[in-house]
Amino acid sequence: MYNATVARLTYRGLLGRRRAFILFALPALLLVISAALRMLTGADDQTATDVLGGFALATMVPLIGVVAGTGAIGPEIDDGSVVYLLAKPVKRPTIIFTKLVVAVGVTAAFSALPTLMAGFLLNGNSQQIAVAYAVAAAVASVAYSAIFLLLGTITRHAVVAGLVYALVWESLFGNLIPGARTLSVQQWALALAQKIAGEGAITSEVGLTQGLVLLVGVTVAATWYAGRKLRTLTLAGEE
Amino acid sequence: MTTLRIDNVSRWFGNVVAVNDISMTVGPGVTGLLGPNGAGKSTLINMMGGFLAPSTGSVTLDGQPIWRNEQIYRHIGIVPEREAMYDFLTGAEFVRANAELHGLGAKEAQHALATVEMEYAQDRKIATYSKGMRQRVKMASALVHEPSVLLLDEPFNGMDPRQRMQLMDLLRTMGAEGRTVLFSSHILEEVEQLAAHIEVVVAGRHAASGDFRKIRRLMTDRPHRYLVRSSDDRALAAALIADPSTAGIEVDVHEGVLRVQAVDFGRFTSLLPAVAQAHGIRLLTVSPSDESLESVFSYLVAA
Repeated sequence: MYNATVARLTYRGLLGRRRAFILFALPALLLVISAALRMLTGADDQTATDVLGGFALATMVPLIGVVAGTGAIGPEIDDGSVVYLLAKPVKRPTIIFTKLVVAVGVTAAFSALPTLMAGFLLNGNSQQIAVAYAVAAAVASVAYSAIFLLLGTITRHAVVAGLVYALVWESLFGNLIPGARTLSVQQWALALAQKIAGEGAITSEVGLTQGLVLLVGVTVAATWYAGRKLRTLTLAGEE
Repeated sequence: MTTLRIDNVSRWFGNVVAVNDISMTVGPGVTGLLGPNGAGKSTLINMMGGFLAPSTGSVTLDGQPIWRNEQIYRHIGIVPEREAMYDFLTGAEFVRANAELHGLGAKEAQHALATVEMEYAQDRKIATYSKGMRQRVKMASALVHEPSVLLLDEPFNGMDPRQRMQLMDLLRTMGAEGRTVLFSSHILEEVEQLAAHIEVVVAGRHAASGDFRKIRRLMTDRPHRYLVRSSDDRALAAALIADPSTAGIEVDVHEGVLRVQAVDFGRFTSLLPAVAQAHGIRLLTVSPSDESLESVFSYLVAA
């Protein structure tokens, strides 16, 4: 199910492209903000949940998920170089699964890890808030990577579609329409964070079981469908 | 695994028919797929390479379907027309990755790089390669598993004459080894130099198939039109029409030219100067008026 060569090509492609700078810029911003707040206002649990919930989990994780998820396959399909992967006796689901693993790894490394560090900077992991948000970021990384990887196989405008989903759906509608929150990766991940953190520190719109079932379900379904799409990927002629 | 069969294949994109009911069999040796731009060559090659499903009909390699059959790539090597190829890798890394995806290793990759004579630049990033160098590294990536079928889409585009000769030699060798080599081109001379067998595609239809000499003869034997200006058009017209190599002559009084339709190309080209000299007529202009490749192709379709 996992192919080391596909993985190597994928992460070198991901980290070698210009948009990779956003992978470094966003976590750096989070750490700078956290350090500044700690210096200015001191350790405070409310500030920590505001920053980690409002910026890290709500904005940074989905954005990095878009870059890593769509970037793991979109550019190759766009420029046609995916031919060199596809003209090989390698099972299509293996290609997709490997790319998912790389996208999850990159997203988690550039979002869950900085979230944990920011949490410790903000309040020294009081009430387990740092760990809770880091775990939420890690599980959200999995679902986001799967969703955006699928987007990368079905549309040439995957980055735009991903941004619309991440910013408009998750952030805007999620805040305005209560019903939309139950269909949000962020809320599912928060259900887990709620369980880990101290009583009442973090709240989610969905229950733990529901959140986990939806996370796993979406990840599996998106990955399966992406594998199917890749199997019948049509490369339009140059004519 | 050497015989590609295309059986009553059509492919359309929306309302546009790109390939219209084509059947052909491509066996060992070098075959040229010839046709003007937009004729459907790339569509055909994409179907043979398993990157496009035929709308109707079947594309098979020794009876096995190619579409949605990734195991078939053990026997097929593909050299795509598009330039893009993991530019952030070096040539050696790229060919090595292709070898690994076939379950092979560094030894096979090195052998393939040597075959295309790219060892000298193998440690440079592909992004720095010229078009010809890219083409050769693409070749190496397609050859790394010693496929019995090699498909190349417009492989000579952008190559300089020396690189072109080199690639032609390589393809000839592969054909002589009993592999099935199919390449597409819109340039008659390229196909003529390399392929003994050609398939001509025009406007999505299979226009001609077979031995190059036979098709070349069809092309040269078609009625040729010439525009002739001379010191005495009428006298020249009278002398030319007496010979069976001409089928018709129009004296265009307005333009002051002769429009000649020749049916025997070889005979007419030696007849014209001889007749002019015998009658003391000076030839001022002799120009073929429909030598474009498109007119050659459209004649083939009609034939």
